[in-house]
Amino acid sequence: MADWRKAMNSGARRASGGVDGRALMREASAQRVRDAAVVQLRRDGGSAAMKPAATSATVGTTSLARSAAAPMGSSRLLGLAGRHWLVLAVLLLYPWAATPFFTFQIAGQALTLGIIALSLAFLAGYGGMVSLAQMTIAGFTGYGVAIFGTSSVSAISLGWPWWLAVLVAIFLATIFATFIGWLSVRTEGIYTIMITLAIGVAFYYLVQQNYTIFNGFQGFSGVNPPKVFGIAWHDPMPYYYLALACALAAYGFVKYLIRSPFGIALQGIRDNARRMNSLGFNVTAHRIAAHMVAGFIAAVGGVLLVWYNTLITPGIVGTTSVINILIIAVLGGMGHPIGAFIGSIVFVLLQNFAIDLVDRERFNLVIGGVFLLIVLFSPDGLLGLYRRLRQRIQRGTKAGAGASPTPSRGGHGH
Amino acid sequence: MMATTRALGAVAAEPLSPSARRRRIRQAVITAVIGIPVLVFMVAALVDNPRLFLTTLLNGLTLASLYFLVASGFTLVFGLMRNVNLAHGSLYLLGAYLGWVVGDATGSWLMAVATGFLSTALLGLILQVAVFRFMQGQDLRQTMVTIGISIVLADLMLWAFGGEVYIFDPPEWMYGSTKLPVVMAYSTFRLLLFVSSVVIGILLWLFLNRTRVGMMIRAGVDDRTMLSASGVNVQLIFAITFAIGAGMAGFAGVVGGTALSIAPGEDTRYLLASLMVVIVGGMGSVPGAAVGALLIGMAEQFGIAYAPTYGIVFTFVIMVLTLALRPQGLMGR
Repeated sequence: MADWRKAMNSGARRASGGVDGRALMREASAQRVRDAAVVQLRRDGGSAAMKPAATSATVGTTSLARSAAAPMGSSRLLGLAGRHWLVLAVLLLYPWAATPFFTFQIAGQALTLGIIALSLAFLAGYGGMVSLAQMTIAGFTGYGVAIFGTSSVSAISLGWPWWLAVLVAIFLATIFATFIGWLSVRTEGIYTIMITLAIGVAFYYLVQQNYTIFNGFQGFSGVNPPKVFGIAWHDPMPYYYLALACALAAYGFVKYLIRSPFGIALQGIRDNARRMNSLGFNVTAHRIAAHMVAGFIAAVGGVLLVWYNTLITPGIVGTTSVINILIIAVLGGMGHPIGAFIGSIVFVLLQNFAIDLVDRERFNLVIGGVFLLIVLFSPDGLLGLYRRLRQRIQRGTKAGAGASPTPSRGGHGH
Repeated sequence: MMATTRALGAVAAEPLSPSARRRRIRQAVITAVIGIPVLVFMVAALVDNPRLFLTTLLNGLTLASLYFLVASGFTLVFGLMRNVNLAHGSLYLLGAYLGWVVGDATGSWLMAVATGFLSTALLGLILQVAVFRFMQGQDLRQTMVTIGISIVLADLMLWAFGGEVYIFDPPEWMYGSTKLPVVMAYSTFRLLLFVSSVVIGILLWLFLNRTRVGMMIRAGVDDRTMLSASGVNVQLIFAITFAIGAGMAGFAGVVGGTALSIAPGEDTRYLLASLMVVIVGGMGSVPGAAVGALLIGMAEQFGIAYAPTYGIVFTFVIMVLTLALRPQGLMGR
């Protein structure tokens, strides 16, 4: 049994790990490989001697052959393709070209919200669990930082050193997230969204009602980022780089995780929990662990969020904000970790500039309408829209050249 | 639930198997651990200040009636169509506002109630026929659509009605207060609300258990595919159920708006209440909605009266306990 699992795992990992360019397709092909591997293993009566290479060879369908051949692009440095370096360079140079407003209010906020949305995208896209409590976890961390650290409410804040407050807050938030995970995986599927929404709204009412711990309606203001290395981290440029560093770390972490045995198993559970269970995986433990990991990412985002706002109030964890995170993740598309950041950029831009088109008060109408349009017409978000668009163009050119119609990933883009 | 009691009654006569005995012991322990503190608290509170206790009890009943009216529609729609209608709170608020407009124009409170029911029922019908019908089986997508609708509706209502608090003007005979033994006087309307909610609950039960359409709805909750395979027009049943569920929300909006008031933000409150009630009571079960509403309503009112700043914690604890001990809900299957 254990050998089956190892073979299947590493086989799938090999196949999926090799594909770097088009992650959306990678998922699909990884799934195909897994399915094929399972079938193959069953047919062979589970011969334990089967090596990963043999697995890939026996299931060497056309799709797999293509996926193995595609990624070996020539222009690679440190495992990153050329366009990755380009994006990185643009991100690093951006604040030198942009105004402080664009550095802080637009990019800084987009990165912060993007991290929180990333935690949801990971959970929903790879674990199949849509949690509406990610913003609640971030807000919980924010409250933790304010309560353990320093704020203008000196009667409640304990005034611990910032690093201790941050660590304890992240730690507690991760435990909180694990608890939410444990609660919500007790039921299946769509119930998760109900339970997590109920938890999120209940937390909002709690912080609003309670004055002894959460300081009620006012919340905590004056939660300033610490002055480390003599840098004021709330200034646009330092904050931007701080958020960028965290966002890149979180992005890399998720990218790593979804290729690790844990991530592959999680995707298997998303696709067919029963099959994974019968293969010997502990489905519940994997799901709770996914909640824990996502909670940790959201908690890091929460620390940034409270430093960005320099305050934490019930409004920040209110229903609107809780749902905004879902909107961001869905807007970008949950098929790939980058979707969270694309969504957050679009969201922040809309938030700041849609008010030029309509009444300032009507932002929710705009964002609700955009969200409805996306859900109704492109459920896999802007990423899905982009992919379909490119497919159509490619098909058009291929048809013109008389080539056979192959799915999206050609030798293009490396 | 009924099946369990019957089963327990049946086995009581013969010797219990070890596993059944263990289950019964576990049940008894859970009942004792939860029941005894609650009982002690109730006795203490009753002796300490009977008037406060009884008033809180009546307030709890009022809120429970309201929650039942809202949540029974939610649970029906969810049970039958697997559609988590997160716009349910918005339908509540919309029904309340539209009812207020008509009530204000005609001067008739009953017209307001009728408007609340009919307008949201119509909206629900349109939503089901024009939107959700095309997403059958895509639970998550339907839920997302309802989230989008709730955002748009909330903002449109804020736009049209502003942030003010609206109060209904029900007929004179409803609005006074009734003299009661210990409590002295209690709002007649709230007592009527309780009575009407019980009546509606019974009517709903009769509709579901004694009519042909109700039978089809119950069959659909159990197995949609079989229902459609046996030649029933499932889409029609879905549309009827969605209309009734949405209409109940609008009806509750007017009634609840009269008992309390209507203001922006109420949509979230009643959405949370519906979620909690349905999670606790069991998804898709109308009796479950009644039990859940009673528990949540009581917890909320007793929380407000006896531990003001931690009120919501009680509701939350009930939800956590339910999920931990009986994830499918108290009356769920």
